Amino acid sequence: MSNLLNISPSPHTHGKETTRKLMYGVVLALMPALLLSVFYFGIGAVIVTATSVISCLVFEYLIQRFILKKPISITDGSALVTGLLLAFNLPSNIPVFIIIIGSLVAIGIAKMTFGGLGNNPFNPALVGRVFMLISFPVQMTSWPIPAGLKTGYIDAITGATPLAIIKEGIKNGESLSQLMEKVPTTLQMFLGNIGGSMGEVAAVALLIGFVYLLLKKVITWHIPVSIIGSIAVFTTILWLINPEANADPMFHILAGGVLLGAIFMATDYVTSPMNPKAMLIYGCGIGILTVIITVYGAYPEGVSFAILIMNAFVPHMNAYIKPKRFGEEVKNG
Amino acid sequence: MLKTFPLGGIHPPENKLTANMVIKYLPIPENVTIPVSQHIGAPGTTIVNKGDYVKTGQVIASIKGFVSSNIHSSVSGKVNKVDTIIDTTGYKQEAVFIDVEGDEWIETIDRSSEIVTEIKLSSEKIIKRCLESGIVGLGGATFPSHVKLTVPAGKKIDLLIINGVECEPYLTSDHRLMLERGEEILIGAAILMKALKVDSVKVGIENNKPDAIDHLTKLATGFKGITIHALKVKYPQGAEKQLIKALINREVPSGHLPLDVGAVVHNVGTAYAVYEAVQKNKPLFERVVTITGKSLALPGNFFVRTGTPIRKLIEAAGGMPDDTGKIVNGGPMMGKAVNNIDIPVVKGTSGIILFPHNESERSEINPCIRCAKCISACALNLEPFLLMTLSEKGLFERAEKERITDCMECGSCSYTCPAGRPLLDYIRLGKSTVIKMARERNMK
Repeated sequence: MSNLLNISPSPHTHGKETTRKLMYGVVLALMPALLLSVFYFGIGAVIVTATSVISCLVFEYLIQRFILKKPISITDGSALVTGLLLAFNLPSNIPVFIIIIGSLVAIGIAKMTFGGLGNNPFNPALVGRVFMLISFPVQMTSWPIPAGLKTGYIDAITGATPLAIIKEGIKNGESLSQLMEKVPTTLQMFLGNIGGSMGEVAAVALLIGFVYLLLKKVITWHIPVSIIGSIAVFTTILWLINPEANADPMFHILAGGVLLGAIFMATDYVTSPMNPKAMLIYGCGIGILTVIITVYGAYPEGVSFAILIMNAFVPHMNAYIKPKRFGEEVKNG
Repeated sequence: MLKTFPLGGIHPPENKLTANMVIKYLPIPENVTIPVSQHIGAPGTTIVNKGDYVKTGQVIASIKGFVSSNIHSSVSGKVNKVDTIIDTTGYKQEAVFIDVEGDEWIETIDRSSEIVTEIKLSSEKIIKRCLESGIVGLGGATFPSHVKLTVPAGKKIDLLIINGVECEPYLTSDHRLMLERGEEILIGAAILMKALKVDSVKVGIENNKPDAIDHLTKLATGFKGITIHALKVKYPQGAEKQLIKALINREVPSGHLPLDVGAVVHNVGTAYAVYEAVQKNKPLFERVVTITGKSLALPGNFFVRTGTPIRKLIEAAGGMPDDTGKIVNGGPMMGKAVNNIDIPVVKGTSGIILFPHNESERSEINPCIRCAKCISACALNLEPFLLMTLSEKGLFERAEKERITDCMECGSCSYTCPAGRPLLDYIRLGKSTVIKMARERNMK
């Protein structure tokens, strides 16, 4: 033992929170959704998730080791989260090679080119997802119909998502009341027994994850609540104006990727604003853009695009929307 | 719902290991080293020379200017030398070395154990007595008390706040003092009330000291205008501005002092020192110090004469544990790490903490993940991550606009950062640079 004393400035004590713990907290919060997706989509869910996670980790390792020549930090959990979130955005029958390409885009382009963890302006998993959606539109939009553990992988029976059914139908001039009979009930959507990407189908599992993240103080309520709230308000207005052309707010919130996006994607630390005021504005922006894209845009759902668009504004929001500091403007008595 | 301040704050593990240890008197050491600057402001002017015999309580360095303080000898004996030492601040400063001979106090001090309740001195005389007795804020900042009691013309004070928060983990000196010298503290509060010409005092105590709250609440029934308030446990509640916000919901504007919102805050230790100075004519040369640490055999609270090397305290606490990796003068959040154990206890020494090796090293630094936990932890709602980056990159003008000088260096941001980033280190660098820039600007 040495007799030397450490000299360092205060504070001399540190909290227990670490980056790794926060990241694994998110991983844990994603577990209910992962379990349910395996329950609904069977072996395909396992293959897709494993491929996505492993390729994200491998790409991060390779880039850090051979290109950046930096210390390897793949155990910090951030690439694991990206891998899981990417998988959750995919159909369970998507071929392995497409997932590997998507992972390379997510980690290689969206994350590591900007300098790795903490520096990327756009959510890596969403960049990967959108890249795949544009490059492989057919594979990315053929959604297996849940058939439990019996659901096949590549040979799974596919069908359209509820949002796509509505979008196509309205384009073809069908009335909403007819279309609503073709889509799952609210309860089915809540439990996730619907066609869709793996992680977004089960509202209940995502909400359990949300509660866990709030209790563990990994995230705050501001972003998810403002996204869901603004979608609810906006779609209620549309629905009240014309209930024959616009689906009800509950449908909008439960049918697509809104909950997955609001709880897990938009709250990504690196790409979201850093103070509550800016978080609320960011959340409302995502909500409004989501509805605009979903209702008026070319794609059946818009939450991914909405988050990426708002990601671009985050540096400006951090620079111009400031928290009110203590003692800045004071009104006493 | 207990009161607290609204923005930020953290709750580190309390580790108040010595909360039940009765204050003991540390034996007077063979020699003491008394720095002539133990306060904020100008150092005192040394008025003794080598070979002089001094008595306990005698002035050895006299006040220089208004924001300064008298320094008294804490022992009787011969001045061995007047020399420079490096104290806890890391800077050199003058100190008087005294070889102890007996313990002969100056005659004017009332050494009886009787509690004197009647306050005879007038407001002006009280302030003068505080000045003469070298009273400074004992919460840690050591700001001369007579300055705080002298209300500038045009300012109106309507409330005195006594700070019994002791929000730093580990430290229990204020807690024990409230339990063992409660009545003296309340008389001290009444004296301060008279000096400030206010008619009410609020004593704020965090709820992790229920025995002190009960004890003082009972005692306070015998005093007019004194009320005791339990506060939710949250660091940094002991900071003046946070305590004022918590107790009376007034917000001290950035760059202003508590008296701008009509309040003056004094620590419980200061209130006790004021009692002793005013009622017993005893200058400030002794204070309560907590000596603590998880590996110490006998941690405890001691009345210690100023100038005593902290080595003596460590010996009294059972000796230095083998695993000691860091010794901190003050609390774990704002205290200073010391580089040797011969540095003396001074007026501002509230505690000495010995950290074992495994708690004395910093964690590895990882990239900022922009989690914003530093913003949520900041009691001033500053953006520590940004202030760090601006300081790191030398963008001091922007750091000034982002109000870096508001930072009180409480350390909540560094404590909270999951990536282990040294936020406060860089903010200190930026803050001192910005203050220097502003000073140069004003000189032009």
